[in-house]
Amino acid sequence: MNTQNENSNKFFSRFLINYGQELVLLASIIILFVVVSQVNHRFLGGNNLNTIFAGNAYIGVAAIGMSILIITGNIDVSVGALIGVLATICGTLAVSGYPIWFAWTAPILVGIAVNSLVGIIVAYAGIPSIVVTLGMMSILRGGLISVTGGDWITDMPEGFFLAQQDFMGIRVPLLALIFFTILMFYIMSNTTWGRSLYAIGGNPEAARTSGIDLKKGVVIAFAVHGMFVGLSTILFATQLNIIQSTVPPNLELTVITASVIGGVSIMGGTGTVIGSSLATILFAAIGSSLIFIGVSAYWLRAIMGILILCTVLADMARRRRVVS
Amino acid sequence: MARFLMEKINQDVTLKIKNATKSFAGVTVLNNVSFDLYRGEVHSLLGENGAGKSTLIKILSGVHKPDQGKVILENKEFVFNSPKEAFKNGIATVYQELLVFPELTVAENIFLGHTPKTKIGLIDWKKIKADSRKILDSLDSHDLDVNARVGSLSVANRQRVEIAKALSQKTKVLIMDEPTAALADTDVKKLITVVKRLREQGVSILYVSHKMPEIFELSDKVSVLRDGNHVGTFNIKDVSEDLLVSKMVGRPVDKLYPISKGKFGKPILEVNNFTDGLRFKQVSFKLKRGEILGIAGVVGSGRSELAQSIFGINPSKGGSIKIDEKEVSIKKPKDARNLGIAYIPEDRGTQGLVKEMKISHNVSMANLDREANGILIIFKKEMQNAINAINKLGIRARNALQLVRQLSGGNQQKVVVAKWLQTEPRILIMDEPTRGIDVGAKSEIHQLMRNLADEGLAILMISSELPEVLGMSDRVLVMNNGTITKEFSKEHATPENVGAIMTQKVKETA
Repeated sequence: MNTQNENSNKFFSRFLINYGQELVLLASIIILFVVVSQVNHRFLGGNNLNTIFAGNAYIGVAAIGMSILIITGNIDVSVGALIGVLATICGTLAVSGYPIWFAWTAPILVGIAVNSLVGIIVAYAGIPSIVVTLGMMSILRGGLISVTGGDWITDMPEGFFLAQQDFMGIRVPLLALIFFTILMFYIMSNTTWGRSLYAIGGNPEAARTSGIDLKKGVVIAFAVHGMFVGLSTILFATQLNIIQSTVPPNLELTVITASVIGGVSIMGGTGTVIGSSLATILFAAIGSSLIFIGVSAYWLRAIMGILILCTVLADMARRRRVVS
Repeated sequence: MARFLMEKINQDVTLKIKNATKSFAGVTVLNNVSFDLYRGEVHSLLGENGAGKSTLIKILSGVHKPDQGKVILENKEFVFNSPKEAFKNGIATVYQELLVFPELTVAENIFLGHTPKTKIGLIDWKKIKADSRKILDSLDSHDLDVNARVGSLSVANRQRVEIAKALSQKTKVLIMDEPTAALADTDVKKLITVVKRLREQGVSILYVSHKMPEIFELSDKVSVLRDGNHVGTFNIKDVSEDLLVSKMVGRPVDKLYPISKGKFGKPILEVNNFTDGLRFKQVSFKLKRGEILGIAGVVGSGRSELAQSIFGINPSKGGSIKIDEKEVSIKKPKDARNLGIAYIPEDRGTQGLVKEMKISHNVSMANLDREANGILIIFKKEMQNAINAINKLGIRARNALQLVRQLSGGNQQKVVVAKWLQTEPRILIMDEPTRGIDVGAKSEIHQLMRNLADEGLAILMISSELPEVLGMSDRVLVMNNGTITKEFSKEHATPENVGAIMTQKVKETA
């Protein structure tokens, strides 16, 4: 009896250590819901939650790819610019009379292609990913505005607006976020491939000595990230009836922030995609709460900043404690 | 009269540690430790990893505050709030991991943090350079340029910069934490001369090292710690090495190396005219089943590069490798593993382990693709393998899910060994198999190596520690300046013979 208790205690504390950040986020979301719904009853009512989560799900999907990349010790600061470009491609194809399935597939393929190229440059030329993707960001931003002149794309055909659809009462973007989060969590923790990415991020030299192909691993991580950028784009481009041919402001920072607050260490090697998805949901909930309790939504960015600092400080404190 | 005597004695004590106690998270790591450090003596601090040496050093150098107890420096009681405060009051520390700034010059590093200023408050470069020169000369480092960028220096020279930095202020106590861990033999000799000179100047030196020969050569006194307790302080003349080791470990330790049965099988690995075109050339040797072949050589002789090329980490530029008399091509570490070669790297921190990962994940890392069901990891199997390894190698850990970075050096090294034994190798290359680990773990690893060899494994061992090479090897190759200059049978491999060949050419060119 006693030992059984001890075992379950051990299991519980192990769970706490392994998934501490995820649990903190989950608890924060629940507390937020309870508190805000007391202040304003409409918060949980009607379709409000469905709407705010669906509207932000594309950030979460992009953050899944970003988390995988950061786990390998890399980063992509061009993700916002790429989503802008891919959305324009997606919308242009749709209004130019191509089949809708083609307009939806193109962002995924182009996303994979662009990020594979970045991955190859990072892995084989040995240039840090932050530098390569900074360059890529400028190319994409500049190219997009030059080509489109900042026009809006409208009059997409019927059936194009995937993100506006419901499935069993839940909006498609939210379903997609949940599905991909669970899928990638499983793949990252249960496959040899996922494990090798953690090893590469944790200690590249040790990973290489252990027979893991570093270059291949990094290129594939970039390609998978590219796929998620493509998927994210589809949700982004099909949620409104217009597509602005510009880059959504600060999107790359929002995506990276979601990963970091989700517990993915910027040093590489630790974290889960569940964390980054929960962080996305937390942002969406905070943003909406501010409106419901009558505070300016501009505070959202400041709050995100505070959350980043708290997360990083907590991470440092945890590491230091264990070391000594 | 009696009072006068007391004062006289107190004056000779530079540093007094009284009842120092410290715990972390409820675990007492230092328990009621007291001893005195006299002016102009070298006082060695001995203990296994985890005995409390590091904590004691950190209390003296101001990194940690003791929970209880006092630090008395020249009859004044101190509680240091920061390393800087300790340094200002005359306690300087040279850490195992050097803290020099690679982009700054030698002189800048020496005076970092207490830069002399001119009358109008600008940095006094003339004085910095002149004083740096003076200090370095006093350390017999006349050839070290004060304008050189520290990043371009060898480890030994960086260490001299650290010592010079410690002496750039009026230093009364110098703490040296394993200063010879990363040094070649010739550099160790120079360092010992430097330490002796400092002693003559009246500096009190607290010297931490695992290496017995230098402790006996240098020390006046030695204090032993075990599990946070002060076991005793001895005059070095009154103790033997065996006694010290038994005090450290708490039981008598079989210091002798495990005995070889001397029965070997057919050659399994044959290296012919192997070259990487840079660090080693024309290397040829044969390794038999059941044999431990030692490679002796100073740091920089090309030993590690040879091992890394055999294992496919660095490309080779010529020559051949045969395994079981068949020529093989090894282009990457995985090729080597698939041929039954395992490689325990020289530095477990950078090449051996992912420290943020669990023990079980590290143990499975090199063999995961073979243990998996397609691409799916079989957690049950992974866990069972890790538990078996923990039991077989005696890894001291809470459980298989503990993070590797929380383990002591010796246990981390055992995790690296476990990882590679998991691949069921036939040839095991070990580069510095016991570097930086305590005597207890060391003799365990030696015993393990001999057991593995007796089971038929062929072991190629590289080591900078001559006693280890001579004690463990069935045959010794000496590597010098990138080539194998001589082979010794076990009978002829004496310290004098091997040592002479190891340093031969270096002397000629120098």
